[in-house]
Amino acid sequence: MTAIPAGVPAARPTRQVIARFFDRWSLVVYTLLAVIYLLLPIAVIIAFSFNDPAGKSNTVWQGFTIKYWLDPFGPPGLADAVVLSLIIAFLSTAIATALGTLIALALERYRFRGKGLMNSLIFIPMATPEIIMGASLLTMFVSIGAPPFFPLNFLTILIAHVMFNISYVVVTVRARLAGFPRQLEEAAGDLYANEWETFWRVTFPLILPGIVAAALLAFSLSIDDFVITNFTSGNTQTFPMYIYAASRIGIPVQVNVIGTSIFLVAVGAVALTTLAGRRKPR
Amino acid sequence: MGTFLKRHHWITPLALLAPGGLWLLVFYVYPAFQMFLASLWSGSLETGYTLSLDNWVNYPNSLAKYAPFFLRSIVYAAAATTTTFLIAYPLAYTIAFKGGRYKNLLLFLVVAPFFTSFLLRTFSWQVILGDDGPVLGLLKTIHLLPETFRVLATPMAVIAGITYNFLPFMTLPVYVALEKVDFRLVEAARDLYAGPWRPGGAIVGGIVGGVLLGVLGIVFNGSAILFALAGAAVGALIFHFLVSESFIRVTFPLSVSGVFAGGLLTFIPAIGDYINAELLGNPGTNMIGNVIQNKFLTQNDYPIASTLSFILMAGVLVVVTIYARVLGTEELSAAAARA
Repeated sequence: MTAIPAGVPAARPTRQVIARFFDRWSLVVYTLLAVIYLLLPIAVIIAFSFNDPAGKSNTVWQGFTIKYWLDPFGPPGLADAVVLSLIIAFLSTAIATALGTLIALALERYRFRGKGLMNSLIFIPMATPEIIMGASLLTMFVSIGAPPFFPLNFLTILIAHVMFNISYVVVTVRARLAGFPRQLEEAAGDLYANEWETFWRVTFPLILPGIVAAALLAFSLSIDDFVITNFTSGNTQTFPMYIYAASRIGIPVQVNVIGTSIFLVAVGAVALTTLAGRRKPR
Repeated sequence: MGTFLKRHHWITPLALLAPGGLWLLVFYVYPAFQMFLASLWSGSLETGYTLSLDNWVNYPNSLAKYAPFFLRSIVYAAAATTTTFLIAYPLAYTIAFKGGRYKNLLLFLVVAPFFTSFLLRTFSWQVILGDDGPVLGLLKTIHLLPETFRVLATPMAVIAGITYNFLPFMTLPVYVALEKVDFRLVEAARDLYAGPWRPGGAIVGGIVGGVLLGVLGIVFNGSAILFALAGAAVGALIFHFLVSESFIRVTFPLSVSGVFAGGLLTFIPAIGDYINAELLGNPGTNMIGNVIQNKFLTQNDYPIASTLSFILMAGVLVVVTIYARVLGTEELSAAAARA
């Protein structure tokens, strides 16, 4: 870059100029376009939460209003659906995070027979189309044909959500455990801490970021799940089920308001955990 | 207590595994078995079911009419996996190698769609691609497109919807694989006079661009050849200037495992998907998922629905097992953890 050796012509061949230009700008421009493509539907969701549609269908831009933001739970049933989704997301996240973390500890820390089988049992649900998990749970609940599993209800949705969340928790926590400094646990042992104390005072605080990440992932998978819930919910209506049912007559603007709010909360949660992680590097 | 646990060293892992493992056995494995049993049922929800081999014995008659739906699912899922690969690879490459201090922000933007509802995102595409929406409406006003042209309710819309919804599943594993590439290898290749990829870049780019735009041309009902030629020219140009020998010989081979992982993570959910076909397609674009969903939830025809689901599950399991045997499951888990 500094000195141009003698004998090199000042003007580079056009070909090289084009190559340079491509090299420098093509990927930047491409990435910008890709980001716009990724964010475009989100922008539409947010924009249409401020729309003032003439009829029932909120698909054509009519004019700006904030009245639906001031009345987010206007349509009947919407508030119940959102609350139900939140309850199921919280409960399924708590249960799946606990069960999944235990499995991750067992798989990462112990040797035992049948480990390969257990790995498959974790892996295969992640590689199964949702419709199959939903359909097989439905056939099981129907063939039982009695309470508490039939008619389908809150409990059957919760069972399904815990089921599909466990695997994601296991792989997320395992990723954290894999880079774990084992010497710290040995040091605790040398200092006369028993296994129980070592776990709670050394291991757990160190893998906590992994557990939190797993819980966030589980929560977002649960609150947005449509396909499996569609098969296991019967007449019980979660937020995605509400959207689906409403789509036949026109989705109320408030759905966009709540969708936007969930998006903002999720972005905030990710930003917070990122900042917290930055302040306390491992 | 401590010595007891040490002597029976299998107790601790078993206790850790038992609750979650049982949950998966009871609510994942057993229902799959139950679904197989249900495929042997005959009768109806009202009259009750009896076991019979009707569905399987009469397979040619009772199930053959669903073959087109299976075929369509495979074709759409394969097409969508190809387009996600083409879109995601350069994106993942940029983030991994040119991301710099924007790396985390870009990764966040890739997964940002997951923070909004899957259904709402897909409805958004209804708005964006609408017959008189912001894109087509504009193109029609300036007479670039005929008045009757539409994207919604075509196979193209369904494939585009699947592509959008599963794009992060492709981008993340490819990124994870690319991030592990030791850049010194690329530098070594350059030191060994790896230069622009000639003439391979122009040829491959020409073929890729030609095929892609050629297919688009067929969909447009316009002149496929004209489209193919234009695509070939653009593709050749882009590949000629962008793809270097070191990329083809070093970087790409090192990232192939991520491409396969992304391919599986995109193809599997895509083949079972029915939302994109339902919201963006028409009755002629129904995939096997639409049939299964309809039989289970609207017609209550459990025996046929279970048989179809079981066939789909068996097919998916074969693909996944081959994948796991050949390539292992590490890559997939790493990508899932990354999300």
